[in-house]
Amino acid sequence: MQLLYFGWVRAKIGISQEEIELPTGVSDVRTLIDWLQERGNTHSEALEDLSVIRVAVNQEMAEMDTPIAAKDEIALFPPMTGG
Amino acid sequence: VIKVQSEDFDISGEISRMTKDNTAIGGLSCFVGLVRDIADESKINSLTLEHYPGMTERQLETLEAEARQRWPLQDVLIIHRFGQLMPGDRIVLVVTASSHREASLQSCAFLIDWLKTKAPFWKLEDTQAGPKWVAAREDDDKAADRWEKSDP
Repeated sequence: MQLLYFGWVRAKIGISQEEIELPTGVSDVRTLIDWLQERGNTHSEALEDLSVIRVAVNQEMAEMDTPIAAKDEIALFPPMTGG
Repeated sequence: VIKVQSEDFDISGEISRMTKDNTAIGGLSCFVGLVRDIADESKINSLTLEHYPGMTERQLETLEAEARQRWPLQDVLIIHRFGQLMPGDRIVLVVTASSHREASLQSCAFLIDWLKTKAPFWKLEDTQAGPKWVAAREDDDKAADRWEKSDP
C-alpha cells in the first residue's frame, strides 16, 4: 500500500511517501497507526497525539475504524488549513 | 468549476467569463483570500501552501456539489492556489452565481467556511522567528460547523 504524509506530519517523519506491504494484523486505520508508531522514532513522534492527526483512505476522509486493504492509498496529515 | 493551480488568477476575467453566456444570473458573490503580512505578531516573509493532489480536486468538487444541492445556483467557481506566495498575493477565489442574491451570498460563505477545514491544504509560514506550520483554528471549526445539517 501507498502511505502519504503531508504538512508537519511529513516534516516530522522526514519523507512524503513510502510503499509498504500490508503488515500482519493491520485491518483498519487504528491498527495501521499502532503499527507505524512501533516502527521508529520519527513515526512515533509524528503520530504521538492522535487528536491532531487526520487520515484519508483512497482520498476520502476516514475514521479510526475505517477498514484498509493491501492496495489502498493512505494519507496521514494534520487538520487542514485551506482558504 | 474547480481549479487548483500555482498561478495567479484574474478576478474580473473569471467573472466576465462566467456571466458572458449566462443571462439567468441575477447576482454573484465573490470571496478572495489573501496572504497577510502579520500572524501572531510575527512578520511573514512568505506563505507556502502544500496540498494533496488528487484529493484536493475531489474534495473541492464535493463541496461544489454540496453547495449546488443546497442552493439554486447558476454557476460556481473555486480557484485555490498552492506553492510559495508573498504577502498581498491572492490565495483563493470563490464565486457563486444565482438568479437571486440570497442563494449567492449564503453559498459563498458556506463554501469558504467548509474549504477552510475540508480542503486538504496545509500552510507553512516563513516568519521572522523561523518557519511555522499554521494550526487549524477553533473559530474555523465553529464557522464550518454552523453549516452542518442537524438530524431530523
